[in-house]
Amino acid sequence: MPKNRDVKKVLVIGSGPIVIGQAAEFDYAGTQACRSLKEEGVEVCLVNSNPATIMTDKDIADEVYIEPLTVKTLEKIIEKEKPDSILPTLGGQAGLNLGMELAESGFLDSHNVKLLGTTALTIKKAEDREMFKETMEKIGEPVAPSQVVENVEDGVKFAEKIGYPVVLRPAYTLGGSGGGIAHSVVELRKILENGLRLSRVGQVLVERCISGWKEIEYEVMRDSAGNCITVCNMENIDPVGVHTGDSIVVAPSQTLSDKEYQMLRTSAINIINELQITGGCNVQFALHPTSFEYCVIEVNPRVSRSSALASKATGYPIAKVAAKIALGFTLDEIRNPITGNTYASFEPALDYCVVKFPRLPFDKFLTAKRTLTTQMKATGEVMSICTNFEGAMMKAIRSLEQHVDALDSYDFSGLSKDDLFRRLTVVDDQRIWVIAEALRKGISKSTIHEITMIDSWFIDRIHTLVRMEEKLKKIHALDDLTEDILKDAKRMEFPDEVISRYTGIPEADIAKKRMDLGITARYKMVDTCAAEFEARTPYFYSVYNTTDVDEAKDLVTDRKKILVLGSGPIRIGQGIEFDYCSVHATWAFEKEGYETIIINNNPETVSTDFDIADKLYFEPLTPEDVKNVVDIEKPDYAVVQFGGQTAIKLTAALTKMGVPILGTDAKNVDAAEDREIFDEVLQKCGIKRAAGATVYTAEEAKKVAHRLGYPVLVRPSYVLGGQGMQIAISDEEIDEFMAVINRYTQEHPILIDKYLQGTETEVDAVCDGRDILIPGVMEHIERSGVHSGDSISVYPAQTLSRHVKDTIAEYTKRLAKELHVVGLINVQFIAMGEEVYIIEANPRSSRTVPYISKVTGIPIVDLAAKCMLGYKLTDMGYTPGLAPEADHIAIKMPVFSTEKIRGAEISVGPEMKSTGECLGISTDFNEALYKAFKGAGVNLPRYHQMIITVADKDKGEIIDIARRYEKVGYTIYATLGTANVLRDAGIAVRKVNRIEQESPTVMDLLLGHKIDLVIDTPTQGRDESRDGFLIRRTAIETGVTTITSLDTARALVSSLEHEAQEQDPSVIDIAKI
Amino acid sequence: MKAYLILEDGTVFVGEHFGAVREVISEIVFNTSMAGYPEVLTDPSYAGQAVCMTYPLIGNYGICTEDLESARPWPDALIVRQACQSPSNFRSDEALNSFLMRYGVPGIQGIDTRALTKLLRSKGTMNGMITTDENYDIEKILPRLKAYSCGPVVERVTCPEVYTVRGVTDLAENGPLTGHAMFDEEKYEQYLEGNRSLKEKKPALVRELNGKGLKIALLDVGAKKNIIQSLTARGCDVTVFPALSRAEDILAVHPDGIMLSNGPGDPATCTSIIEEIRKLYASDVPIFAICLGHQLLALATGAKTYKLRYGHRGGNHPVKDLSTGRVYISSQNHGYAVDEHTVDSRVAVPSFVNVNDGTNEGLTYRGKNIFTVQFHPEACPGPQDTGFLFDRFISNIRTGHSTVPAEEVEENAKRLAALHEEAKGSERTRRAMEKAGLEVDNA
Repeated sequence: MPKNRDVKKVLVIGSGPIVIGQAAEFDYAGTQACRSLKEEGVEVCLVNSNPATIMTDKDIADEVYIEPLTVKTLEKIIEKEKPDSILPTLGGQAGLNLGMELAESGFLDSHNVKLLGTTALTIKKAEDREMFKETMEKIGEPVAPSQVVENVEDGVKFAEKIGYPVVLRPAYTLGGSGGGIAHSVVELRKILENGLRLSRVGQVLVERCISGWKEIEYEVMRDSAGNCITVCNMENIDPVGVHTGDSIVVAPSQTLSDKEYQMLRTSAINIINELQITGGCNVQFALHPTSFEYCVIEVNPRVSRSSALASKATGYPIAKVAAKIALGFTLDEIRNPITGNTYASFEPALDYCVVKFPRLPFDKFLTAKRTLTTQMKATGEVMSICTNFEGAMMKAIRSLEQHVDALDSYDFSGLSKDDLFRRLTVVDDQRIWVIAEALRKGISKSTIHEITMIDSWFIDRIHTLVRMEEKLKKIHALDDLTEDILKDAKRMEFPDEVISRYTGIPEADIAKKRMDLGITARYKMVDTCAAEFEARTPYFYSVYNTTDVDEAKDLVTDRKKILVLGSGPIRIGQGIEFDYCSVHATWAFEKEGYETIIINNNPETVSTDFDIADKLYFEPLTPEDVKNVVDIEKPDYAVVQFGGQTAIKLTAALTKMGVPILGTDAKNVDAAEDREIFDEVLQKCGIKRAAGATVYTAEEAKKVAHRLGYPVLVRPSYVLGGQGMQIAISDEEIDEFMAVINRYTQEHPILIDKYLQGTETEVDAVCDGRDILIPGVMEHIERSGVHSGDSISVYPAQTLSRHVKDTIAEYTKRLAKELHVVGLINVQFIAMGEEVYIIEANPRSSRTVPYISKVTGIPIVDLAAKCMLGYKLTDMGYTPGLAPEADHIAIKMPVFSTEKIRGAEISVGPEMKSTGECLGISTDFNEALYKAFKGAGVNLPRYHQMIITVADKDKGEIIDIARRYEKVGYTIYATLGTANVLRDAGIAVRKVNRIEQESPTVMDLLLGHKIDLVIDTPTQGRDESRDGFLIRRTAIETGVTTITSLDTARALVSSLEHEAQEQDPSVIDIAKI
Repeated sequence: MKAYLILEDGTVFVGEHFGAVREVISEIVFNTSMAGYPEVLTDPSYAGQAVCMTYPLIGNYGICTEDLESARPWPDALIVRQACQSPSNFRSDEALNSFLMRYGVPGIQGIDTRALTKLLRSKGTMNGMITTDENYDIEKILPRLKAYSCGPVVERVTCPEVYTVRGVTDLAENGPLTGHAMFDEEKYEQYLEGNRSLKEKKPALVRELNGKGLKIALLDVGAKKNIIQSLTARGCDVTVFPALSRAEDILAVHPDGIMLSNGPGDPATCTSIIEEIRKLYASDVPIFAICLGHQLLALATGAKTYKLRYGHRGGNHPVKDLSTGRVYISSQNHGYAVDEHTVDSRVAVPSFVNVNDGTNEGLTYRGKNIFTVQFHPEACPGPQDTGFLFDRFISNIRTGHSTVPAEEVEENAKRLAALHEEAKGSERTRRAMEKAGLEVDNA
């Protein structure tokens, strides 16, 4: 069936801010789909509240709305843009839910807008638990016995009938939010109550527990003619019980015979046919480990995290093909872009093995429970490709950038056999390291299998790695490191650094020996067809098989080449914005006629799409892996400014390899990080900063703190996202923080600064080596001390005087000059009255780059890339200096996922905790703020009841804020101290008891489900933190909006005041800025 | 022990030996299935060939005896990247290595199977030797490789004598099925009311036995077990005849339908079998043929076959049903194909075409109750999407008329012509047609 000619203008819904369970994969899918639609001459109108995405660029869509993803906004946009169709299957669950609401309300029909791709009924059949079960039963596909309940008692009754343990899955939530496994009625009540609250429709599925079964997934495509293919199947190494997003996953399946493989494949196809899905779909199965019994766990009738993974694992562009199917094309009409001469109606054949590891945020949330459950916790993931499983696993481990590079990186050697038996029962992110230790201690493979239910095949592979590790540990001289051992170790992807650590032989000697022996990395191509057809797409992975043919070598050109280093897995502090920068830089270099080469290992991102750079090397980002690529490609330049800290960290290694770094050179990058050198720079520039010093030990730190006087800011250097940064008010806290920072070997010193309380501001600037362009000054709503990534950021700055703004511009200019910046620089300041202090300067791209680019219309990554190549800003038509301010106000709002991380502290502070961001844009400040809160999912008021409990130091300031909440109609509950202060100020307040007091307490109030907002500022110091911590956790886990900064509280009430008098919301097409 | 794979063009791959120690010369082919190596190994169509699996990790689940497609492995050798020593699967009966050793099949592992595949892709299928003799003399070997031909292989793989397999009466007893399962609501209710144990067989297995009572004669020119099972699972009684059986003997059992199986080798050399098939064609008994059977029937009715450059072997080949436009993913294993241009359009018309390279994948015979396909609807290994063709065969027998009405046959021919017309000038099809040995209109 050819293209549907009636489709001329499509509204594409994005997925909104990055949260756990809905991350960069939707930017990848959305971007690919938008390009695919435009390829067919369709006008694309895009709406997504997330400004850090590539899909919200004006080169990707024709009209771009960075507006909150609400029904109201979408209706407004549809009325304005009059699209003939809407495509909701690319924006994850958020997009799908919105599309459904618009369809169900009849709005789409009344505006003659067609729902493209999958129909509303299909979505309902797949998403609504009861309908799904009925549908599966109708076609004879087994599902685990289950029942949807709308109250706790029904759940208890049903669980008793089917027996514990039971799995709980709330309907219509993301990444399994609020779900879990209950082993007892007590656990059931707790999880169920929470789940009912979080579900959009107040329904939770209670299901028989099938944990321990193999978890297998299929990615299926179906077109409107009914043609079906499966793109890929994937096997979770972690059996059912761990969310697939948190599981280690391998593609294709490794332990299934063809009978099992085809049985599940046929089932997947029967399901997609019955559901009449047109586009992509993900089907998850639980397969009994010792029979043919299986159950369908879940069907996602849209592109998903798994489909992004499958796309990268196979080379089959699922989102692109799904977009074409939505336009009416059939699979046999869509060309396979990898081979160019076959069609999308085939199934990829892999001739390699792919391993995915989740990137979990426990390094950010030290108090959090590391346990993995059906509730997803990973913020991102890494993927690796190799011809053997062991190698793929080793590559994936070191791609994580979590101080791990081998199976002994977490040290469990102190555990006895008994301890290990116990530890093996724990399902957490360190399980494979525990298994490795268990194997070292001689615990049998079958015992490990019985405890963990992980298939013996995988345990056996871990054992192979452990045996190699033990073999290496016995070697101490270079001569004993024979060619055979070296070959084998490299085939399994042991890095030279690890071999050196095991053997004590210097890394350089090992590298030299294997080079002499010809044991070097070779590159193989990902081509969707296991070499059966000629492929054109240079998408490579490395193998260490000495007799292997290198396929990349033949394709090395003599063009001028630039190596772009990606940013690795998405983690808190280093998110999608760095992928945005990498991709834009790549495009800019390409436009200038350079051949571009990307190295990255994140399957969720746009940068690892095979048609972004001229060449893609899907590899870990360590010096050795990068060197292998450099050795073969011999790039003329490398660029590290855009790939976050991951890329910056490789600067020294690249310089050693003799690859010139484009833009600001390494020496000056160091100058910005090195406390003493930077002080000199500041002195030269005449810029003030908070007093401080560089230290290495806790003793030194305390000495400095005493000199400066508490509070002081403690932070490690060379980190992103304020990792390990804390405000300390006492010696005890210094000890505590230093211990945390020094848990990992610290090559770089720790900085201790006097804490200044003022307004934080931030600029991103482009410098061509002579002139500087500052698109705008951003101001943070939260006072200093809250990490910039967790602050609400306002452009243009609203409270700063002209003088302060000019000072900021002038300081930035001086700094850029002094640091010889070529490319980007991000500088953060504190404004105290008319005084400006610098916090830090980073001569590289930053989190705010996509945001500021979009709201000012100045493409700063593009400009920075060109500056690196020698262009001058004036040549490109830009006037140096601080650009004129825009008429609109754009507010970037941080979005958190802390409700998903059990036990994580949620209060904002110097260490970043947010996972994503959204934008509110308007000509009116309060409306912008309102939209930003809406975009972040803050839907208030619901019950008009709130709790306030603030630290003593905040009691004076809370009065005005509380009065304003009272005015917008809130009933205020407060704990004793806060209540007294408010009452004295004449605010009607209801006193509520603290947790340890008699009922009704704060806790009862929260669990009574009538509260929609909590303002709780944490007390400084640790003494009382438990109480506050418990309140905050309970609040966030029961879905209550929780605010921990007075500034945020003030901003929110402004937004609510706006809502109270809201008229028609405005929408702004940022492509026209 | 080191092992060497020496190719006709002088290329030598050095790897590690596994399986039996034996020097073999064979035709080297590659298969892209990611699972299903036991089925591949026991598919008689691989007789006279050494198979290279493109998926690198082979042997992960060992050998499950019930999955074997015949009594023994047929390829002369197995070529893999890495053979698994310690398999894991609840049905695994033995490791790949010991299975190969037991049947005297040598293997080579640790070689760059992707490079080998690319070589076969660009130069076409080649002969090769697998040896563990490190003092091999390439000058002496190469002429032997060039001269090698597998000889008559069908005779080697066919059954020694006639035997009959009865149709199953209760489907729930049967293993995993191919094709469309009919959902029996009543039985499902019973299942729900009864033991809810998840160990129980899934209710989808319940379905009609619409082939019950039918007698099918199967000409075994290298039949895979699942062709027989696909018929018996539908209730048919299947009588299997050796390849060199006379048509009269087959017709003497008064079969309701005749099935021609898959098999190895060059179809054009099977002259005596073709003779007999011509008689079966003339008999007016409904016929369904797969793979080699499809080619033999085409040859018997005047068409020609040709050797593909490197064949189709794998579980991911898209075939288009020309009468509906639907595309199915199919299991394939063939080195030869029917030259569509030599098919007399008064005798038969193409019914399926390969979406990748435009080669013929099926024929429907005019005025006859006969249809044949190049791919493997019996799957094993590979996708079960075309299992419904067995149902079509049975329904054709039952209804007694040709699969496709005459007008539709015309329509098919038109569609195919249009497809070829449209594809002309497209680089893809030009190359595909060249590869397939078809004339390319250079205008």
